[in-house]
Amino acid sequence: MLRLEKRPNPSQFWNYATPVVAVLLTMVAGGILFWVLGKNPFEAIKLIFWDPLFSEQFAAYSRPQLLIKAGPLILIAVGLAIGFRAGIWNIGAEGQYIIGALCAAQMALWFYPAELWIVFPLMILAGAFGGWLWAMIPAVLKTRFNTNEILVSLLLVYVAEKILAAAATGFMRNPEGSGFPGSRNIFNYSAASNQELIANSGLHWGVVAAFIAVIFAYVLLHRHLLGFHVQLAGQAPRAAKFAGVAPARLVLLCLGISGLMAGLAGMFEVAGPARLITIDFNSGYGFTAIIVAFLGRLHPIGIVLAGLLLALTYIGGELAQFMLNLPSAAIQVFQGMLLFFLLALDVLSNYRLRLMRPAPVTAPAPKPSTESV
Amino acid sequence: MMTTPLLSLQGLTKEYPGVVANSDVTFDIGEGEVHALLGENGAGKSTLVKMIYGLVRPNAGTMRWRGEAYEPHAPAQARASGVAMVFQHFSLFDAMDVAENVALGMDNPPPIRELAAKITEVSNNYGLPLDPDRMVGDLSAGERQRVEIIRCLLQDPQLLIMDEPTSVLTPQEVDILFRTLRQLRAEGKSILYISHKLEEIRALCENATVLRLGKVVGKADPRQESARSLAEMMVGQVLHQPSREAAAPGKTLLEVTNLSLPPQSAFGTSLKEINITVRAGEILGIGGVAGNGQDELLGALSGEMRSAREAVRMAGEPVGHIGPTARRALGLLCAPEERLGHAAAPDMSLSENALLTGAYRERLVKRGFVNWGKTRKFAERVIETFDVRTPGAHVAARALSGGNLQKFVIGREIMQRPSVLVVNQPTWGVDASAAAAIRQALLDLAAAGAAVVVISQDLDEILEVADSFAALNAGRLSAPRPVQGLTMDQIGLLLGGAEGDSDAAA
Repeated sequence: MLRLEKRPNPSQFWNYATPVVAVLLTMVAGGILFWVLGKNPFEAIKLIFWDPLFSEQFAAYSRPQLLIKAGPLILIAVGLAIGFRAGIWNIGAEGQYIIGALCAAQMALWFYPAELWIVFPLMILAGAFGGWLWAMIPAVLKTRFNTNEILVSLLLVYVAEKILAAAATGFMRNPEGSGFPGSRNIFNYSAASNQELIANSGLHWGVVAAFIAVIFAYVLLHRHLLGFHVQLAGQAPRAAKFAGVAPARLVLLCLGISGLMAGLAGMFEVAGPARLITIDFNSGYGFTAIIVAFLGRLHPIGIVLAGLLLALTYIGGELAQFMLNLPSAAIQVFQGMLLFFLLALDVLSNYRLRLMRPAPVTAPAPKPSTESV
Repeated sequence: MMTTPLLSLQGLTKEYPGVVANSDVTFDIGEGEVHALLGENGAGKSTLVKMIYGLVRPNAGTMRWRGEAYEPHAPAQARASGVAMVFQHFSLFDAMDVAENVALGMDNPPPIRELAAKITEVSNNYGLPLDPDRMVGDLSAGERQRVEIIRCLLQDPQLLIMDEPTSVLTPQEVDILFRTLRQLRAEGKSILYISHKLEEIRALCENATVLRLGKVVGKADPRQESARSLAEMMVGQVLHQPSREAAAPGKTLLEVTNLSLPPQSAFGTSLKEINITVRAGEILGIGGVAGNGQDELLGALSGEMRSAREAVRMAGEPVGHIGPTARRALGLLCAPEERLGHAAAPDMSLSENALLTGAYRERLVKRGFVNWGKTRKFAERVIETFDVRTPGAHVAARALSGGNLQKFVIGREIMQRPSVLVVNQPTWGVDASAAAAIRQALLDLAAAGAAVVVISQDLDEILEVADSFAALNAGRLSAPRPVQGLTMDQIGLLLGGAEGDSDAAA
C-alpha cells in the first residue's frame, strides 16, 4: 500500500525533478495516444522532440522557429509566474495579448505610412498599455467587488476575441485589401516592423524583451522586498497581512505586470511573425504560457527552459500534423497532459511516498464494553 | 503480587532522518492509573503518544496491551483496542453542531438523534454539561474541549490520552475537568496526562515519566516531589526562575481609547469600547478564554485592522489609521498567537521569516533590495540569543517544534528593540524552561523601558509577569487591576464578565 507522508522540509530534489519526470510521462502517455490513433508512437515522439532541431530535412526551417515561438511564451509566462506566486490567478493572458496587439497595430496604422523612428517605441508603449488595461478589469473588479479573477480574466479572453474579429473585418481592415479581412501588413511597414535582428536566428525584439523580463523577474522575486511580499502573500496570506502587505495593491500590481507583459508579447507578434491583425491572430500563447509558468516552477530560469520545450512541441506538433496527419487537437492534448502530470507529481516535493505493508490484524480484538457508565 | 499493566512500553525507538525522537523508552501504565508524561518541547512526548495512538510506527521496541502484543497501524485500530486521545489542538467544525462533530470523529456513528441522547447522558454523568444541538462556533474553548472529551468517552476507552488539556481553560473549568478525570480513575480507567503545568500534575497524577531528548531520564511520584524538582528533572539543570526588578513606571507609551471594531468573520468577535493605557516599564496582562476578542485586539494593535485615527496612540501620536509597517517604524511590535501562517510563513526559511517583520527596523532592505546576508545574520542572532534549537537559518519554519518556533517569533520582535510589544499567548504549548526564558525576556524588556501587553489564557503566566490585569470577555475589556493582591476567585469572576461593585453601580 502506498501512503503519502508530509515532508518536514519541501524536497529540493523533487522540486527540480518533477518537470523532467512529467515530460517523460507525457511522452509515454502521448505515445500511447498516438498509437491509439494508429500512428507509430516512436516516430511521432521523434518528430515532435527531435526532428525540429536535428533532422536535415526540417531543421533549417524549424530552428529559427524555436525562438520565434519561445519568445512570447517566455514573456507571458514570466509575468504570469509573478502573479501565480502571489496566489493571483490571471488565466486571461490570451486576451491581454490580443488587446496589446490591437493597440500596437492601431498605433502603427495611425502613423502609416510615415517613416518615423518613434513609431516602433510608441507601439511598444501602446502594446504594454493595452495588455495592462485589459488586466486591470479583473484586478479592479476583484479589489472593489471581490470577484474571482480566474473567471473574469478568462471570460475577457472571449470578449477580446470578438473585438479582434471586429477589428480584422471592420475598423482595422486594410482599405487596399480588396475586402479580405485583416489589417495592413505591419511587418512590411518598415518604421513599425519587428525584424529579425540576426538573419535566420529567429531572434527579434520580442525575444530580447523576453530575456529582459526574465532578468527583471529574477531580481524582483529573489532580491527585492516586493518579490518577497509577492511570495509571502501566496504562501501565507495572513502572515503577509501581518508583515504589512496590502492585498489590494498586490492584486493590482501582479495583474498589471502580467497583463503588461502579455500585451508586449502581442505587440512584438503582430509587428513581426504574425505580420498583421487577422481574425485568428491569437494562437493560444496566452494559455500555453500557463503551462510554461508551472513547468518552469514559476522560476524565471525554469521558465526559459520550459518556454523552449513548449515551443518545440508547437513546432514538432505542426510537423507531426502534416507528416503523420495527426489532428491538430492532438498536440493540445499533449500539452495539457504535460500540465496534468506536472501538477500531479508536484505532490512529491511536499510529501514522500511510503511503501506500507498491508496491516495484519495483530491488535487485540475490541473488548465488550463495560456497562458501568 | 504483580498485576499485568494496562499498557507496557518496552524499548520504543523512533528515528526520523537526522533526529532520534524516541530512544529506548520503557514504562508501564497500570489499570486505573493517572500517569504523567513530562518533558520539554522536542523531548519526544508527541511522537511517543502518536505511536501509542497508531499514528506513527516505532522503528524498534514493543508495546503490550494487557500482556498481549499491541501494534496499532492506524488510530482506528488503537481506538478498537480501547485507546482514545484528546488532542491539544481541537479538530472541530465551527459550522456544525456538537452531535454532528462527535459523529464525524466516530468509526461507526449511530443515528444522530440517538447520539444526541447519548451525549447528554454521558456529559451529565461526568459533570461536563453539553448541549448536543449547539453550534461549535458558539462554544467557548472549554466547551470545545468537552466535545473532544465526550467524543472519546462515547467510545468507552480504557486509556485516555490527554495532550496539554488545561492550557485553554479558566480555573473553574480546570476544576471541573479534574473532577471528571478523577471520576474516570475511580471507574478503573487509565489516563496518560501530558502537561507542562507541574502543579496540576502534582494534584492529579500518581506516577510520572520524565522524557528528555527522547530518553526516559526519570520516574517519580509527583505527589512526593516539588514542582521545582520535577521541572529540574525535565530540563536536566537548575531552573531559572523569572525575576524582576521593580522599575518606576515612565511615560505612557500605548494608549487605546474607546476602540470598537466590527467582527472580521462569521465567527469573529467584535471589540467594544476598549481602553488601555500602558506606561514605559509596565506589563499589562490581558486574560480571557479563547475567542473573546484576543486575535481581534492583537490585529487592531498590530495595524492589520485599522480603526479611527485617535483610537490607538503610540507615545501620544495617533496611529489607529496606519498599517503594520508604519507602526513598526514607530516601535510598536506584535507577536500573534498563531505561529504557523500568521506570525511566520510555514514553508519559508527562518531567514525569510526574519525579514517578515524585521525588514525596516533591522535595515535588512536598502532601496527596496533585500540584503540576504544581513537577513541571515539577523535570523542567526535570534536563533542564538533565544536558544532556538534548529540546524540553521535555512530551515523551513514548519520544521521547527512549536516551542522553538515560538522562541524564534518572540525573539524576532524583542531583538528589534520595541518600545511597545504586544504578544498573544507567548508560551502556548511551550515547555517549562522555554516558557521561563520567554517570560524573563518580556520582563527584561519592560525593565529596559518598554511597555508590554501580554494577552494570555494562562493565568499563572499573567500573575508571574504582569503588573496589572484586565479581563477580555465578549470583546469588552475590564478595567485593569493591580496584580498584587488579586485572588484566583476574583480573576475567575472578571473572566466571566463580572465587573467590580463600583462598575456595577455606574
